[in-house]
Amino acid sequence: MNKIFLIISREYFTRVKKKSFLITTILVPLVIVAFYAIIIAVSLKGSTDETKLAVIDKANLFTDSTLTQSKNLKISFIKNETEQSFVTRYKDLGYQAFLYVPEFDVNTTQKFVVHSQSSLSLGNNNAIENFINKAIENKRLAAQGIDPAVFKSLKANSEIENTIDTKDGSKKGSAGVAYAVSFACGILIYMMMIVYGTQVMRGVMEEKTNRIAEVIVSSVKPFQLMLGKIVGIGAVGLTQFAIWIVIMFVLQSAIPLIFPDIMEQITKGAAGDAEASIMTTITQGLSSLPLAKIVLLFLFYFLAGYLTYASLFAAVGSVVSEDQQEAQQLVFPILMPIILGFVIMTNSINNPHSSMAVFGSLFPLTSPIVMMGRITYDIPTWQILLSMALLIATFLFFTWITGKIYRTGILMYGKKPSWKEMLKWAFAKG
Amino acid sequence: MQLLELQNLKKYFATQKAVDDISFTINQGSIFGMLGPNGAGKTTLLRMITGIFYPDSGQVMFNGKKFDPLNDFRNIGYMPEERGLYKKMKIGEQAVYLARLKGLSHAEATQKAKEWFVKFEMQSWWNKKVEDLSKGMSQKLQFVTTVLHEPKLIILDEPFSGLDPVNANLIKDEIFKLAKNGSTIIFSTHRMEQVEEICDHIVLINKGQKILDGTVHNVKQDFKENIYKLGAKILPEHLMTYIFEVVKHEPNQVLLRLQHDATPNDVLKHFINQGVAINSFNEVLPSLNDIFIQLVEGTTNARQFQNVQ
Repeated sequence: MNKIFLIISREYFTRVKKKSFLITTILVPLVIVAFYAIIIAVSLKGSTDETKLAVIDKANLFTDSTLTQSKNLKISFIKNETEQSFVTRYKDLGYQAFLYVPEFDVNTTQKFVVHSQSSLSLGNNNAIENFINKAIENKRLAAQGIDPAVFKSLKANSEIENTIDTKDGSKKGSAGVAYAVSFACGILIYMMMIVYGTQVMRGVMEEKTNRIAEVIVSSVKPFQLMLGKIVGIGAVGLTQFAIWIVIMFVLQSAIPLIFPDIMEQITKGAAGDAEASIMTTITQGLSSLPLAKIVLLFLFYFLAGYLTYASLFAAVGSVVSEDQQEAQQLVFPILMPIILGFVIMTNSINNPHSSMAVFGSLFPLTSPIVMMGRITYDIPTWQILLSMALLIATFLFFTWITGKIYRTGILMYGKKPSWKEMLKWAFAKG
Repeated sequence: MQLLELQNLKKYFATQKAVDDISFTINQGSIFGMLGPNGAGKTTLLRMITGIFYPDSGQVMFNGKKFDPLNDFRNIGYMPEERGLYKKMKIGEQAVYLARLKGLSHAEATQKAKEWFVKFEMQSWWNKKVEDLSKGMSQKLQFVTTVLHEPKLIILDEPFSGLDPVNANLIKDEIFKLAKNGSTIIFSTHRMEQVEEICDHIVLINKGQKILDGTVHNVKQDFKENIYKLGAKILPEHLMTYIFEVVKHEPNQVLLRLQHDATPNDVLKHFINQGVAINSFNEVLPSLNDIFIQLVEGTTNARQFQNVQ
């Protein structure tokens, strides 16, 4: 027991002390958050440099001056010019672009030409389209005898608010948040199983090709070495989760302090309409979810799923030699069910009670991922218990089998064994 | 006293009888040479002794009891032929780690490792990584990690390969010292001159079977061919006799093989009677190398695959 603990701590600390661990664990979420922060900041503040747009309005479309007020566009109307004559001159006059509106029938759909020195930004493209459409709409409304101001005041802008009734009372929910949480949990388990599973495989291959395995198994049983490695790397994964959770928590409380105006704008709502702010939706949505249950289930399925697959990855690492390609060939059948699980997961978020989702969340090779897709919905308790039991049984069975393959494989050099040989090792006695 | 006794060990693989009914005993404090051509089954045999493999049949007795890997791991130090160390791990940490896996406490392992590092002048390596070491250096390190926990039985598979003469001597001296202090050493190699120099007792293994077992002295006596070397200026007419035949004639010496129950005295008498001035006369024992080649030759060089039912 003591020796397993030694192996676990070596596996754990050599990885945690590595620079690459620190970088991926601490920097990656920071970079992602910083990236989003910048995007939000930029989109909220808007770009300060205006695009000067000249408009030649032959159709007399823009009679209402309120329409032509835009944040990023400085619009000037040009009289007494034609498209051909102005094309050669708009640059010299200091315009970056110019829009030519020929005379046309407002009841038809029309294409308009914007000349510009360089390709239009997406924002400007949308803004120009927007104000042309508004102007045409107003013309059409006027033709029907409707006052555009009245029309605007009549526009409906309803939203749905989901209230979830549970034993603990009613809560406001959000389908979007539930979807996001499910998807995030599923994708996290999917990624972690592949990332850490591959790490286990690489670790085993390293020990085998370095021949250190032979030294170690003269001190401990091969099974202890395998288990120590799997548990040690799993602990690294949990540490990474823990650090991420702490970072998220710190950032959540730190961002409002550092950028008070940004948060103010977010809470007010990006559009400034202050109808339903993003933040309140997220907070309400999150609080409607059974968070404790989600966290516990997530941890269970992460650990059990990881352990189940890690032993398979360890077995693959033990039977191949230095050849990366051999490893890839053997890893492929292991990745298949993981990818299948991912596919079923994305499907079952939308249909959490379909028979496919139920099957996927019971079948032990896909259940760790698929169950995450259903985690925010009400899953019958018997399904959770059955799925857990099946997963644990599979984990024990796999570890028993792969332990035997590992024991033989780790000391074999040369040719890659065939499937038949591996099966023989797996079910060998003693 | 016997430390290790192998009784009819067998280990068959799918295509090979790797070890086919081998028995021998090793006395405590002896340096035991295990010889054999490539693929003879040495490594498999060693792996059974270290408890890495279970024999198909037969058993290993260690210290008078049946070998029990879990308890006897502590008493064995194994240095495999292909050296194995974690490349990215710090050297000091690695030595301590491997010793702790053998069952030493952290403090004990650290202290012993430091002692050995001083002994081998490796103090400055402590915080370096194995990947920074040359082949010879990592060899030294591997030796240290093998003997650090003071095992009763030390198994060295080709310990000198890749070492320069100075470092080889350093390790050789340590091997003698360890044996003197009561450790038993199994020394597996196909470098015969090292065996002659170091080992008390040898076995020769070929094709999974033991074909020779005895002390170096006895083995040489068994295989001697009554060849003597005479140092003298000898003319061809001095060699006309039936008591020996000439193996090799050089200007200042001649190699003779005695025949017809002649004794060295008869040979000396013969030359003295001829009036030859004799400078030296001594028996030439076969080198282990010769014996090895003689025994292994004639069998197919490379081990063949066979069907094992």
